[in-house]
Amino acid sequence: MGSTLFDKIWDSHVVCTLDDGSCLVYLDRVFLHERTGSIALTSLREAGRKVRNPKHVFATMDHILDTLPGRGDATLVPGGETFIKTMRKASMDAGITLFDIDDTRHGISHLISAEQAITLPGLIVGCPDSHTCTLGALGAVGWGIGTSDCEHAIATETLRANKPKQLRVRFDGPLGPGVTAKDMILHLISRYTASGAEGHAMEYCGSTIDSLGMGARFTLCNMAVEFSAFTGLIAPDEKTLGYLEGRAYAPAGESWQNCKREWETLRSDDDAVFDREIRVDCADIAPTMTWGTSPQHAIPVNGRVPTLDSVDDAESRADIERAMDYMGLTPGQALIGLPIDGAFIGSCTNGRLSDLRAAARILDGRKVAPGIRAICTPGSQQVKKAAEAEGLDKIFLSAGFEWREPGCSLCFNAGGEGFGPEERVVSSTNRNFRGRQGRKTRSHLASPALVAAAAIAGRISDLGEVD
Amino acid sequence: MEAIRVHEGICAPLLVDNVDTDQIIPSREMKRVSKQGLGEGLFAGSRYLYDGMRKVGLSQDFVLNGPEYQGASILLSGKNFGCGSSREHAVWALRDFGIKAVIAESFGRIFRINCARNGLLAVELPADQIEALVRQTSPDPQTRRVLIDLPKGQIRAPDGESWDFVIDESDRRMLMLGLDYIDYSLQYAADIDRFTKKDAAKRPWAYLNRD
Repeated sequence: MGSTLFDKIWDSHVVCTLDDGSCLVYLDRVFLHERTGSIALTSLREAGRKVRNPKHVFATMDHILDTLPGRGDATLVPGGETFIKTMRKASMDAGITLFDIDDTRHGISHLISAEQAITLPGLIVGCPDSHTCTLGALGAVGWGIGTSDCEHAIATETLRANKPKQLRVRFDGPLGPGVTAKDMILHLISRYTASGAEGHAMEYCGSTIDSLGMGARFTLCNMAVEFSAFTGLIAPDEKTLGYLEGRAYAPAGESWQNCKREWETLRSDDDAVFDREIRVDCADIAPTMTWGTSPQHAIPVNGRVPTLDSVDDAESRADIERAMDYMGLTPGQALIGLPIDGAFIGSCTNGRLSDLRAAARILDGRKVAPGIRAICTPGSQQVKKAAEAEGLDKIFLSAGFEWREPGCSLCFNAGGEGFGPEERVVSSTNRNFRGRQGRKTRSHLASPALVAAAAIAGRISDLGEVD
Repeated sequence: MEAIRVHEGICAPLLVDNVDTDQIIPSREMKRVSKQGLGEGLFAGSRYLYDGMRKVGLSQDFVLNGPEYQGASILLSGKNFGCGSSREHAVWALRDFGIKAVIAESFGRIFRINCARNGLLAVELPADQIEALVRQTSPDPQTRRVLIDLPKGQIRAPDGESWDFVIDESDRRMLMLGLDYIDYSLQYAADIDRFTKKDAAKRPWAYLNRD
């Protein structure tokens, strides 16, 4: 029996098996951020422990800092400045590499870990953030952890775990007009529920995946956690190597040539066996948007929210009723035409250059509808700079969007800003949870193009209306 | 960490699926570089009444504010409890509030691990047993308490029925002995050294410490 891509990476990282059957698994890199990294480093020091290999530990500021132009350490988050200053001091004391606020390499951890080629194919990388699975797009295992496991990771260079089960999701066929990686993942979650991949390491494959660019692959892997997967990953190919070659921490010269040969083996063998398989025909996927308070509450944007008699069991019915009540919707109502108050483009899900380009194509020469608060936060300084070099900032600004500094921003009240109670927001982010973007805020997740279209129309719209 | 063997407590039902960690503690409530004092932010979005963003009292609609649930230390919930953000603050907030155990149909992966690292019991039971617990405790939650026996791996309902539950063996041992998780792994430091030495020779490109 052959091995899966995940087997190959995991098995080569097992340090030893403990007497209770769990394994110590070697971590190649750990990435910290100011909200939990500050606590992990402080707690480690208080316990009299050291960072075992500071050269493999990196840090950024993304969860708390402001994204307003001209920002510094001061933030609207109550007590936020302390997190930032603690993180800076603790990073220096521990001798780890911090991409600080004024660094040209600064940005959201998962974006810069890829941009700097800190994550490479075949590596296992840990970060105290659930969206670490984003990095699976590089053929690596991205492992989201809590603060205690983060302390364990930097103190021991390992994590203790049992090997997860494995799921393969095969996407085949061309994508229809306006359909993106965001629509693919929302479609998958809506069909199999938010706990559909519970605990499984998930490999994406198929002809559609082969045809996706790197930006789209990051989006797809990013939301693996919304499907309750342990992680999501894609075998590295020519596009992956093309993306990584020449980046700051990528191997160079002879070492790069050796790596290329080694990474060619990073794919699931033909006779590899997965615990579960799912197949998706991409002809079934439409431009998609969430209507409720879980990513599983997703429907085609031109569809209608469920009617209660379409749901079999009482518990799901109650869940849907609660979600509709929170979202201010009635059963069977159409999404198209719902007036919105806010639009947000950014985050580790859709804050890359390809995302900003997709939104800018819709926004070019148009204006955001009156009264809509529209914000674009590029995911990193490199994304921001590249976007500005193409003039995208001017398109966003003249359309009436705010053009922010990189960070997690309004994805979850980061920087202390949120939308208002009962405000309806269309957002390119990953979670439509109650209160995530502001107390009682009603979030609809969608692709950057659908967010842009809604911002222009002032209401949820089909792409056809603006194209 | 404090060892846990047996816990008997008052149950509060929160019988919905996908209770995410943003609901357990919103981002805006994580105000200090500390694991302490987060109980105030627990379920802040639904536990309080607001005037704008200012808390002006407790919401009587929220289960933990009901007089019959005062002193509750066990939460009962549905599928995928603790999904979403990896914020360990969710566990710290539950602990700080006085919750010792969550009994649910299933848990978010990172949340379940965070529970084990902080001495919070995360117990999985099938839906019918959770419903039975709600049925048996609700007539008088204060006196009709539930007992969780970690060494036996059993839950005892107020009517005297017992159900077995399975918990990760590694987590069970750490919880029962109250062991420090990092100290435990550091016993294997020599194995880690041997591994990295051999691995660095095999994958030199993966090691950044050679200046």
